[in-house]
Amino acid sequence: MNAKGRAIKYGDNVDTDVIIPARYLNTSDPSELAAHCMEDLDPDFRKKVKPGDILVAGKNFGCGSSREHAPIAIKASGISCVIAETFARIFYRNAINIGLAIVECKDAAEKIREGDEVEVDFGAGAIVNHTTGERFNIEPFPPFIQSIIKAGGLMKTLGKDAGNEV
Amino acid sequence: MKMTMTQKILAAHAGKESVRAGELITVNVDMVLGNDITAPVAIREFESAGASEVFDREKIALVMDHFTPNKDIKAAQQCKVVREFAKKHGIVNFFDTGRVGVEHALLPEQGLVGPGDLVIGADSHTCTYGALGAFSTGVGSTDMAYAMATGKCWLKVPSAIKFVLTGKPGKWVSGKDVILHIIGKIGVDGALYKSMEFVGDGLKYLSIDDRFAIANMAIEAGAKNGIFAYDNVTEEYAMAHSKRPWTKYEADPDAEYDEVYTIDLSTIKPTVACPHLPENTKTIDEIGDILIDQVVIGSCTNGRLEDLRVAAEILRGRTVHPNVRCIIIPATQKIMRQAIEEGLVSIFIDAGCAVSAPTCGPCLGGHMGILADGERAVSTTNRNFVGRMGHPGSEVYLASPAIAAASAVAGRIASPDEL
Ligand code: SF4
Repeated sequence: MNAKGRAIKYGDNVDTDVIIPARYLNTSDPSELAAHCMEDLDPDFRKKVKPGDILVAGKNFGCGSSREHAPIAIKASGISCVIAETFARIFYRNAINIGLAIVECKDAAEKIREGDEVEVDFGAGAIVNHTTGERFNIEPFPPFIQSIIKAGGLMKTLGKDAGNEV
Repeated sequence: MKMTMTQKILAAHAGKESVRAGELITVNVDMVLGNDITAPVAIREFESAGASEVFDREKIALVMDHFTPNKDIKAAQQCKVVREFAKKHGIVNFFDTGRVGVEHALLPEQGLVGPGDLVIGADSHTCTYGALGAFSTGVGSTDMAYAMATGKCWLKVPSAIKFVLTGKPGKWVSGKDVILHIIGKIGVDGALYKSMEFVGDGLKYLSIDDRFAIANMAIEAGAKNGIFAYDNVTEEYAMAHSKRPWTKYEADPDAEYDEVYTIDLSTIKPTVACPHLPENTKTIDEIGDILIDQVVIGSCTNGRLEDLRVAAEILRGRTVHPNVRCIIIPATQKIMRQAIEEGLVSIFIDAGCAVSAPTCGPCLGGHMGILADGERAVSTTNRNFVGRMGHPGSEVYLASPAIAAASAVAGRIASPDEL
C-alpha cells in the first residue's frame, strides 16, 4: 500500500475549523465537505489539490473539534496521506477509524517542501522524497491499529471484536 | 501499583488489574454522547455496518444543541435523522428543543455522568466531566457508532501531567482564568495525548462550575482528558445529581507523572486569549486598548448559573456600550429558569443584552450572533481559531464572564475594576 503525489504544505496547529468550517457542518456529504476543505486557511486548496496529493504539516495537525467531517473532507479531496510532525489525538483516531492514511514523522514534516514529489511506502516503513532523493524512516503502527487499517476502518471490525486482538 | 487517577478508571473499565501508559486497551463505556452534527454521521456508520440494535438504550445521550432551534433546512434534516433513530431504538436520553441544553452542561445537570464513570462523546469538549472525577474524552463519529453497537471503545492509555493548585484566587479570577493561564504556559499541544490531573489545597476554592470550565478546556491544551481529585465539592454535586451509584478513584501515592506544575492561584490575574489560538494569552493589565463589536456569554465553558450571576453583578444598573451587541445564552433550560427566578434575565434585558434559548449558536459560528469581516468579539467560549465565530476575517478573544460583561459595558476589553 503506497501513497504517492505532490506535497501541499501547511504550518503548525492546523485546526478542524479551518479544515472544514462549522458553517458547512449542516451536511455530512463527503463531496460537499470536500468543496470547502481548507477554505479559511488556503482559498486555493480546492484548485490546486490533485488526486493522490500528500498533505504535509507541522505540530498538532487537526487540533480542535472531534468533527469526523475534517478527515472525511480531506479524504474526499483526494489526499492520499497526511504527514505531520504530530497529530491532535481525536483527529488521529478519526483518521484511522475512517481509513485516511496518516504518518507522524518530524524529519519529513520539516524537510519536505511544497510541490515535492513524495511517496509513502507503508510496507517498507519509509517516506521517499523523489524530488530531493531524501528518505525518511517511519515507525509502524501497533498491531491493533494495523488490524483496524487492514479491515478498512473501525466499523469493518464490528463483530470481529478487534479489541481482543490487543 | 503506580497508576494515575485516569489509569485507575481505565483499568477498571477494561477489566484489568492495572494498565501502563502507552498500552492499547478496549474499555466498556458508561455513557456515549453525540450531538446534531456528529450523531448523524455516527448513525449512518451504524446503519451501513448493518448494526441492528444499540448496546443499551439508557447509556446513549443524543443532544440536539449545535444548530438548534433548527437554523436552516439542512440542520433540520440532520436533527430529523437523529430524532427518528432515537425513536426507533427507544433512546431514553434524547434531548431536543425545549428540553435541550448545551450537552456538557446538560449531562451533569441531568445526573447522567458521575464520579468514576467512563464517558466518550463525539464532541471534543466531552472532557468536561473530568470536573466530577470521571474519565471522559472526545472521540469521532465512527467511535460513537462502534460504541453504540458494542458498548466498547479502543483507547491508548495516557501518561499524565499533574497540576498542584495552591492558594486562593483573587477577586474576578475564575476557573476560566486558571485554565487560560495554564494553556498560555504549556501551549495548545502542551498536554498532547496526556491526562491533566488537578489536585492540591487550592481545589477547595474552586466551585464545581469553575472545575467544569477548567476540565472543558483540557482539549485546548491537546489533552486526552482533564480530571479533578475527588473531594467534598465533588461529593456534594454527585449526591444532588447522580442517578446511578458512583465510584471514588484516587491516584496511587507513587503514581508517575511526566511533569508536575505547582500553580499558586493567588498569583493568577484575569486572563484573555487573543486571536487565533487559546495559547495567545495576556493578562488583563497587558491587553491595551481593544475595541469590540460583540460579547457572547454562554457555551459549555461558561454558560452556567455562576457565570450568569457574575455577569449580572457587573451589568446590574449599567448599560451595554452602544457599539456592542451583547448576547447571553444560558446553557440549559434549568439554568435559564433559575436565571429568570433570580432576576438575572431582567438585569440583562435592562442592560440591553439579547438573551437566547439554550444553544451552542455563535460559539462555533453556527447561528445567533455571527461576526462580519473585521469584527471583534469577547467570548466566554473556548476556541478562537480563524473563522470560529463567523467570517475568517473576524477575531475572537476568550475570557471569563466577568471580563466579558465588563467589556460589554466599556466597549473595549476591560476589567470590572475599570468601570
Ligand atoms: S458550546 Fe461550543 S464548544 Fe461547547 S459543545 Fe457547543 S459548539 Fe462545542
